[in-house]
Amino acid sequence: MGCSCEEKLSLNFDDKKVDLSLMEPILKKYEGQSASLISILQETQEVYGYLPLSALNLIAERTGSKRAKIYGIATFYAQFRLNPTGKYIILQCQGTACHVNGSKEVSRAICEELNIKPGETTEDGLFTLEDVACLGCCSLAPVIMINGEAYGNLTPDSARKIIRDIYEKERRKNSDEN
Amino acid sequence: MKIRIGLGSCGIAAGGRKIKNRFEELFRENNLDIEIITTGCIGMCYLEPIVDVIDDTGTYTYANVNQSMAEKIFNEHILKGLPIEKYIVSTDKNPHPQLKKQVRIVLRNCGIINPENIQDYIESGGYSALKKVLNEMSPQDVIEEIKISGLRGRGGAGFPTWFKWNAARASKGDEKYIVCNADEGDPGAFMDRSVIEGDPHSLIEGMIIAAYAIGAHTGFVYVRAEYPLAIERLNIAIEQAKEKNLLGKNILNSGFDFELKIKMGAGAFVCGEETALIASLEGERGMPRLKPPFPAQSGFFGKPTNINNVETYANVPWIIKNGGREFAKYGTEKSKGTKVFALAGKIKRGGLIEVPMGMTLREVIYDIGGGIKEDKEFKAVQMGGPSGGCIPKELLDTPVDYESINSTGAIMGSGGMIVMDETTCMVDIARFFLDFTCKESCGKCIYCRIGTQRMLEILNNISEGKGTVEDLEILEELCYSVKDGSLCGLGQTAPNPVLTTLKYFKDEYLSHINYKKCPAKQCRALLLYKIDAKKCVGCTMCAKNCPTGAISGERKMVHTIDENKCIKCGNCIKTCKFNAIYTE
Repeated sequence: MGCSCEEKLSLNFDDKKVDLSLMEPILKKYEGQSASLISILQETQEVYGYLPLSALNLIAERTGSKRAKIYGIATFYAQFRLNPTGKYIILQCQGTACHVNGSKEVSRAICEELNIKPGETTEDGLFTLEDVACLGCCSLAPVIMINGEAYGNLTPDSARKIIRDIYEKERRKNSDEN
Repeated sequence: MKIRIGLGSCGIAAGGRKIKNRFEELFRENNLDIEIITTGCIGMCYLEPIVDVIDDTGTYTYANVNQSMAEKIFNEHILKGLPIEKYIVSTDKNPHPQLKKQVRIVLRNCGIINPENIQDYIESGGYSALKKVLNEMSPQDVIEEIKISGLRGRGGAGFPTWFKWNAARASKGDEKYIVCNADEGDPGAFMDRSVIEGDPHSLIEGMIIAAYAIGAHTGFVYVRAEYPLAIERLNIAIEQAKEKNLLGKNILNSGFDFELKIKMGAGAFVCGEETALIASLEGERGMPRLKPPFPAQSGFFGKPTNINNVETYANVPWIIKNGGREFAKYGTEKSKGTKVFALAGKIKRGGLIEVPMGMTLREVIYDIGGGIKEDKEFKAVQMGGPSGGCIPKELLDTPVDYESINSTGAIMGSGGMIVMDETTCMVDIARFFLDFTCKESCGKCIYCRIGTQRMLEILNNISEGKGTVEDLEILEELCYSVKDGSLCGLGQTAPNPVLTTLKYFKDEYLSHINYKKCPAKQCRALLLYKIDAKKCVGCTMCAKNCPTGAISGERKMVHTIDENKCIKCGNCIKTCKFNAIYTE
């Protein structure tokens, strides 16, 4: 489709070649079901870790929805990502309890340690940093979650240590493999 | 003898699973057949991991259990029957002060039963209300009982539940829907998560009863994707209920069919608004629609739909079982029953509590919450999240009920209660919430989309010391415009945090504007870094670590900071071993 807007849009995606056959079970599961676009996108993200442009196009084609609508949904909700993530996804809780207990300082330390901003991935592809709405572990504030595991009562120093420990673990694993 | 371990999100985050594994190992090594019951959260989150040992003499609660404590508990209490007094924080005969003043209706089973075992729920009286409804009551009877109870929506607005049910019942059409709003988006609230994690069947039972009352046969629980454990436990509970024919076709041979599905939210605060939630259920962007028609008339795909929040539904089985009158004995004239609150922030005993309506904020914060961390000065309590407001010290004796809380400018909200002390800057809090609503505005209404942006800019300026007194006037004017010019609750209430802080803490705003000072020392841009000449030994560490070269001084001489070069990064404070650097 030769619309220049769409070409510009495609720049928002980091579209590596993806195996679209993985989409088949998802599309089949929701075939003919209205009201299932969000569920389809959620399961697609589960497969690839993000929403590749070619997958979005395929969803549009198969559900008969406009591509603009699907792009609209994918960018409306905070859960959806248009780019691949790192091996470790760090979710920084943005809740009020974390805020009053010093999450700003913790976040600053993490950004410094990783040398990225929230929403970005480190160059080595190891860490993705994201701000998320309240994780609901308010009594442990400030909290971050790394790949589903919560770390609470953080200080800037303890947060740095957590990241350094993961780096160390990865480094050791790599040298073992070599 | 048996033991109970709290494995809600808070318990797991505090290391509860490792403690459970340790006990399992110890029992295995010693060939002991002792039951380990895993439960949801009892509400004393700051004491997790919590282990209860239940023996012939009673229930003993151990808190902050680590590996070595687990071994001691095993050796002394479990093997020898000698409770370890110094580790015990609560017993059935002498409950912890946090539990004493509570009345637990919604949380009746949380932290007591295993949420992944339907049998536990049934043995504690679960699903008897459903049986009573299906065997003895007409839908109208159910609505009447809820009316007698005086139950009002626990999601925040406090709309009478029976009225909603009745409207959905009265709407024409044979296809109706029932929805549970578990999209708990308020930053600082975790009531719904704890209820689903700790007692999912109370929600399911409440929803089946509500479905019967309005005549719905399909229901959805719209739950945040950020709550994986809650979703997992709810899934297990639904499957178990299906096996027992509590969900599905011809429930308990009554002829009533009801199917319940889980829909995961995808992360949008605005979806807590009921029409936006319906749009999201339909697979669309979660943008609110004009009311009327109300969802009770035209909701999910244009069909009559009833939406309530988790806590509201979880109250229903108790009300049916014990009677509406019994429920109405608790609370005040207009606000009946109890309310669950998530206590967090600068409070000693953070966690989940349930109190009768009408209790004062002071009792909640001091008697139940134990007061302020490190015994600092209480400044304000924030209720209602981004839609709510900050209630100051002078109003601590306000009773917890819908009308009284509204009269302060805050709202009851879904139950988040964030306590703030002297180190919390109220301008920063207003800025924090506005930053949130600004990001979460769906963009449909101009006032909400752009108005909140402009308000945020003003607040940013003030917190950076660039604000003027005129800014405050514009800010207040914008507050009322955004309220008037927005379609849904998000925009209509977004100015509340600003309005309440302006009302009760105007002096803090003025201090930022007139004196360029942040009294709570939170606004970085307004801090001045200084070196205490009496403490500085001239070690040069701070100067070496200063990224802008703002610190100078000879070795073994007192150093000084050049204000013009200082970027307020705080590195010097961190590196100084003599506590010689301070801020003002």
